[in-house]
Amino acid sequence: MAFKIKLNGQDRSVDVEGDMPLLWLLRDVLGMTGTKFGCGAALCGACTVHVDGVAVRACQTAVSDVDGRTITTIEGLSPDGKHPVQVAWRDLNVAQCGYCQVGQIMSAAALLAQNAKPSDADIDAAMSGNICRCGTYPRIRAAIHRAAAGGRR
Amino acid sequence: MTYHRPLRPAIRNVSRRNFLAGAGAGSLVLSVGLPVWAQEKKFAGAGMPNGLREDVKIFVAIADDGTVTITCHRSEMGQGIRTSLPMVVADELEADWAKVKVAQAPGDEARFGNQDTDGSRSMRHHFMTLRRMGAAARAMLIQAAATSWGVPAQQVEAVNHELVHRASNRKIGYGAVAKAAAALPVPGNVKLKDPAQFRYIGKGQIGLIDGMDITTGRAGFGIDTRLDGMLYAVVARPPVYGGKVASFDAAEAMKVKGVLKVVQLDTTPPPSEFGPLGGVAVVASNTWAAIKGREALKITWDNGANAAYSSDSYKAALEASVRKPGKVVRNQGDAEAALASAAKRIEAEYYVPHLAQAPMEPPAAVVRVRDGACEAWACTQSPQAARIRLAKFLGIPAEKVTVHVTMLGGGFGRKSKPDYVVEAGLLSKAMDGAPVKVTWTREDDLRNGFLHTVTMQRLEAGLDASGKLVAWRHRSAFPSIASLFAPNVKVPFAIELGMGLVNLPFDIPNIRAETPEAESHARIGWYRSVANIQHAFAIQSFVTEIAQALGKDPKDYLLELIGPARKINPTSVGDVWNHGEDPAVYQIDTGRLRGVIEAVAKGANWGRSMAKGHGLGIAAHYSFVSYIAVVAEVQADDKGGISIPRIDIAIDCGPQINPERIRAQMEGGVIMGVSNAMLSELTFKDGRVVQSNYDGYEVARMDSAPREVHVHLVPASDYTLPLGGVGEPGVPPVGPALANAIAAATGKRIRQLPMRRRLAG
Repeated sequence: MAFKIKLNGQDRSVDVEGDMPLLWLLRDVLGMTGTKFGCGAALCGACTVHVDGVAVRACQTAVSDVDGRTITTIEGLSPDGKHPVQVAWRDLNVAQCGYCQVGQIMSAAALLAQNAKPSDADIDAAMSGNICRCGTYPRIRAAIHRAAAGGRR
Repeated sequence: MTYHRPLRPAIRNVSRRNFLAGAGAGSLVLSVGLPVWAQEKKFAGAGMPNGLREDVKIFVAIADDGTVTITCHRSEMGQGIRTSLPMVVADELEADWAKVKVAQAPGDEARFGNQDTDGSRSMRHHFMTLRRMGAAARAMLIQAAATSWGVPAQQVEAVNHELVHRASNRKIGYGAVAKAAAALPVPGNVKLKDPAQFRYIGKGQIGLIDGMDITTGRAGFGIDTRLDGMLYAVVARPPVYGGKVASFDAAEAMKVKGVLKVVQLDTTPPPSEFGPLGGVAVVASNTWAAIKGREALKITWDNGANAAYSSDSYKAALEASVRKPGKVVRNQGDAEAALASAAKRIEAEYYVPHLAQAPMEPPAAVVRVRDGACEAWACTQSPQAARIRLAKFLGIPAEKVTVHVTMLGGGFGRKSKPDYVVEAGLLSKAMDGAPVKVTWTREDDLRNGFLHTVTMQRLEAGLDASGKLVAWRHRSAFPSIASLFAPNVKVPFAIELGMGLVNLPFDIPNIRAETPEAESHARIGWYRSVANIQHAFAIQSFVTEIAQALGKDPKDYLLELIGPARKINPTSVGDVWNHGEDPAVYQIDTGRLRGVIEAVAKGANWGRSMAKGHGLGIAAHYSFVSYIAVVAEVQADDKGGISIPRIDIAIDCGPQINPERIRAQMEGGVIMGVSNAMLSELTFKDGRVVQSNYDGYEVARMDSAPREVHVHLVPASDYTLPLGGVGEPGVPPVGPALANAIAAATGKRIRQLPMRRRLAG
């Protein structure tokens, strides 16, 4: 079936099975591998993207459910990697293996878009769907606070 | 062919690569670095398969524009090795880090030396060879500039990517003399920098080399590999270890749109080493179609000998085992007699369940087999291991196999076993040479992995009439990793014994360690910190238990048991492995162990008054030839819930090459330790793993991780001291520190992991 989506600012038409998760459309069909597979069950957050500005898990979002919607992936978060969240992530060397960090960054960017000064409790609530097996949580928390403070913390 | 977002491959035969690559190969092999280990028994890097290579020609290239390309031959899995190893070369080379690029070596140990990235060994084994290679390159650049200026080399300095002759006020960039330098012989004796002149080593100001790629989604992990014409596969593997396909019906699977072929794969019978488990593979035009096709398969399994394996009954069997004597693996004094005559005896049993590495990137690989050759792209900790197994299972010479190393989305020991790479190779062959990507789903990862073992331990202490601890007996029963390699293995091997069991550094006159039998019914493998996890948990919990029974402060009592500062030769306590290190160089230094305990106690303000419901616990453990101590603070609420406001960790790993990444590894080790201690457990029923994803197999998340982690680095006095490991040793003391903190906060002693399940009621 054919579906139309606005992906990272571009209108795209795709012809896939409607039950295909957005994750596999992005990764296998469109070749956009920035969005990661971690669990396939919306348990880990590695596949987090924005649909109409809201963080969703692409592994549990069918392509038929995003027909006509606006989708942002890590490839479209900023043209040059300078979204404040990305900058804060690099300033604090948050990443270890880096695999989950795309999903972490997408979740954090969605949080800050809605809540410019999140508290620690807000961060717990918004970020606990994203697993980091390397254990970078303290730096993720610090980087979110830093991004919220305009890169000054 | 398009290979999207690869790591920069190691450069060969590139015309702009002037430096060193352009000269005759024979003249460039450095002869330095042989002495210490060129003896009968080799240790450290030289003791590893294929040893060390110290060849500037292979590891360093400088282009006309001055770009320095340094080859990293170890796998990046989050420890920061693609930053830290090249940083050492760059420092001795006096290179501007902004002009340094990192190439990733393919699996080729004849060329690069040992590449098996595990055991917390990369920096420990390569610091000096990297320094010498960087220094050799610097000396050659200096000589080339001196020759071109007609001045003595002693008058030329290398300063931040330039050669400088101060007397004549001349400067020239590295790129301009790279070609001339490449034509020079490599100096046999190189002068290393005075550490006071280090630019990067020990500083920690260097950002991650892959930071931009990671934060923009461009970093290429194994699962991200894409080749033209690539097919996608998932495999239905036997649910019980040792099982195999009895029969299957692929008719429904073949009806799924996108499914191209269903392929039966042979099972490697136990002991299966690193071989694939076999099963039924579904090959499709995308991963989703392959997953749906697999769901439509109808498979009848022949489950084999392990179908009765259930964790409940197995735990009871381990309990029975540790209540009887086992193989004696350390016997100092006469612990049996001392226990029999003790005025007071304290005993306890501790249980640590199976754990899974569960790296965020599950195992995945792309392999293409055509024209009698094989090319693989894989997130592997050991590309040479993958190369050898691909050659074996495909029946082609290893020289015809190329393994490209991608970034690893976590490894933790799982990705040192290349069974998933072999699967992709077998499927490419079955698909007439089309490249095939095999993706393990999370369910596959948890159900068919190489698990951390399951352990029951019984500890008994004998105290004399004055309360002095005079006897210590430790029995540890767990299925051994050795069961991967040989049938009927029922006791641990040397590596596991040397992970905290026999090398107990306590000043107790009578010590006995035993390993009662434990049969293996699952694939047992390495998991970050390995047997140190269970041994540290039992020993360090038991120390605080005894302290509490005696009414003593746990930190003071731990120091009392360790005793005075002294050096223990590991062979004297039965540790013949010693992490592969020379026992004359690496002894257990109880002074350093005491030092980290004091450092963490100071950092955490041990002994401070605690609010109601809060408790502090302490633990220390020596592993991977590093010394670590942890203080955990927990907070108990009215409903029996526990939160972790803060954990402090102190490390003495000798010289700190990249302190920033050492801190990161300690932070991550603490949080993995929290997962192990509080949340994670893999259980079996009827031979099958019960948990299937991160709902059943829980790991720490933002809201269950400690709110604060404080790392305390204990500095080493000079860079000639032996290095300790960093990647793994942070994990083991975390569990017992938490158990001790929970006991302090609640009065409840938990001896079975994960603790969260034992908190309620």
